[in-house]
Amino acid sequence: MVKGLSSPRWQQLAFRPLSLSTGLCGPEASPTRADSNFKVTMLPGDGVGPELMTAVKEVFKAGDVPVEFEEFHLSEVQNTASEEKLEQVLMSMKNNKVAIKGKIHTPMEFKGELASYEMRLRRKLDLFANVVHVNSLPGYSTRHNNLDLVIIREQTEGEYSSLEHESVSGVIECLKIITRVKSRRIAKFAFDYATKKGRSKVTAVHKANIMKLGDGLFLQSCAEVAQLYPKIKYENIIIDNCCMQLVQNPYQFDVLVMPNLYGNIIDNLAAGLVGGAGVVPGESYSAEYAVFETGARHPFAQAVGRNIANPTAMLLSAANMLRHLNLEYHSQMVSDAVKRVIKQGKVRTGDLGGYATSEEFTRAVIANLAV
Amino acid sequence: MAARSAALSAFKITNPFWGKRIGDSFKVFGTTLTSQRNKSFNTPPPAKYGGRHTVTLIPGDGIGPQLLNHVREVFRFSCVPVDFEVVHVNSAAETEDDINNAITAIRRNGVALKGNIETNHTMPPSVKSRNNLLRTSLDLYANVMHCQSLPGVQTRHKNIDIMIIRENTEGEYSSLEHESVSGVVESLKIITRNNSLRIADYAFQLAREKGRRRVTAVHKANIMKLGDGLFLQCCREVASGYPDISFDSMIVDNTTMQLVSKPQQFDVMVMPNLYGNVVSNVCAGLVGGPGLVPGANYGRDYAVFETATRNTGKSIANRNIANPTAMLLASCMMLDHLKLYDYATLLRNAVLTTMNETRLHTADIGGQGTTSEVVQSIMRMIESKGQLTTDL
Repeated sequence: MVKGLSSPRWQQLAFRPLSLSTGLCGPEASPTRADSNFKVTMLPGDGVGPELMTAVKEVFKAGDVPVEFEEFHLSEVQNTASEEKLEQVLMSMKNNKVAIKGKIHTPMEFKGELASYEMRLRRKLDLFANVVHVNSLPGYSTRHNNLDLVIIREQTEGEYSSLEHESVSGVIECLKIITRVKSRRIAKFAFDYATKKGRSKVTAVHKANIMKLGDGLFLQSCAEVAQLYPKIKYENIIIDNCCMQLVQNPYQFDVLVMPNLYGNIIDNLAAGLVGGAGVVPGESYSAEYAVFETGARHPFAQAVGRNIANPTAMLLSAANMLRHLNLEYHSQMVSDAVKRVIKQGKVRTGDLGGYATSEEFTRAVIANLAV
Repeated sequence: MAARSAALSAFKITNPFWGKRIGDSFKVFGTTLTSQRNKSFNTPPPAKYGGRHTVTLIPGDGIGPQLLNHVREVFRFSCVPVDFEVVHVNSAAETEDDINNAITAIRRNGVALKGNIETNHTMPPSVKSRNNLLRTSLDLYANVMHCQSLPGVQTRHKNIDIMIIRENTEGEYSSLEHESVSGVVESLKIITRNNSLRIADYAFQLAREKGRRRVTAVHKANIMKLGDGLFLQCCREVASGYPDISFDSMIVDNTTMQLVSKPQQFDVMVMPNLYGNVVSNVCAGLVGGPGLVPGANYGRDYAVFETATRNTGKSIANRNIANPTAMLLASCMMLDHLKLYDYATLLRNAVLTTMNETRLHTADIGGQGTTSEVVQSIMRMIESKGQLTTDL
């Protein structure tokens, strides 16, 4: 019977034609992995971003990590941002699925476009979930040690809708959009994350006492999704109380899920608890794509060229990226090296009370790679 | 007609209640909201983030855990972007907590890979088959298996290429049995128009998609004139909508005879539950046995992948002699379902090359190899393709 031959699609779906040698199907099998390197899109961004990326590249090179970067410089302040550039980045993301990124600075003044490039990239890639895992670094002591909490933030709607208008002269309306579909999606993401990482509690953060309909919908969506996860405890807390609890007794929290603006504030607050923007890694997910970045996204422009930025956050984020790419071994190697340097306490950048430069820190990490 | 009027009267009975409930909920604002919400809530998006999927893994009993460990090993080795959420189901427990957990897990992940869960006949009759419970709760109505001869395996018949589509949720597997008078037990076989149309349509759609020419409905309408008659009639109705695919029907007893004497005459076959069970086992036997053929159960929202003949394999458990082919090919079908075609092709080629060219076989098809030797050989094959792999 030769009916199999008349339907090439079917062969792919169910059984490869059995008598053919596999050599015939080899070349088209996996286009992305031909040179046995993982390709990753890199967006250094503004401020200290490029310096941090250099640190990542140096560490990867020293550790023989099988990752290749495709670099794109997209910046609104240096006038390298354009539609074509954005298209190129999107094309590259389509192929690579994974990116590492610094903060693209958004100027405060209004120049006719409400959505920044950062926001547009996020929307184009539908990066709806931002995850910041706040984890105390052993060896660096802060007010709260042994912290371990995860903050999950919806980042495609809410206050960041870019819908603002002046209805009457002197009256501006900013629209905060909450939809059921997106609220459910982020809630499910939070619970799936908790399941995957073996966590026991998810807390929804809201302000439904004031925004009864908007945040109310968010809260209701979370409660509904929680029913699918009988083994994970579900709680909710009002945003103002949450902030107070976080600085008083942060140990009560496990996984936190919240709409956009609250997430932005809590991310930064929690990063401050364990040592600041320089030490907390973050990541953003859509169904297809993953972008790895720092947890608290600041360009830190005043440090440009002064060699004082702390590469810890970006290096830990890069390690998370390697885990996402299934490079478990390399991921462990990089994150262990960074943590070892911090624990030894000899080489620390200014933000952690040390005197080392960024470069010295990177060199110390390389020296600690167990290759 | 009889079936239709029965359905109509059933509707009349339930209708007043239904109408009343709607009326009530309109008064109470909150109730309508939640009922609406529950309706659309049945299908949450699958657990796929950043290109990585989460899949529920149910190890099951017998050889299941061992085979699924091999699948995980191969997946890890080939850098497949799939994470597993392992859910254990204890077949000895009488409560349904475990299986309910597993069902919830599939509801949130959308896709599962499973070994067969043992159904102990000595348990009280109230304990239903876990496997059946899982399929009916998730409404996995279509069981699909594709039997194709492998050149590397010695069998009596060559060039077999049959697709079997089996109704998976009703028929004889309705779990409706009772003793009406002492000594008289009635088992109810349920055939419904809706489910028959649904499975027939699925079969024809699949046939068209895969470029097949003919669909054969298997039945026993000469004896069960109403039940199987309805099934057959539904198949005919659906067939009229697919003029490009020819349709015929065959009685189940004759089908099995034809299968063992001249299996090449069949193309796509569609049938109710029990016949599907029998015919799929016959076909699996024709191409080399239960260790070779993968199976899939599809519903509208969920999909569960397992071996086609759903054997537990208790007697060969933990002896490292089970054939991993069926489970690995089932995982390939799963990768296809997740649209990870590259990985599916890579893995499938490696499995089939080991089977047909390396000819490293386990004992069930007359070889000397152990399970782990076959898996090792498959992993070497994947590595030699120049793909990016992690360390062994």
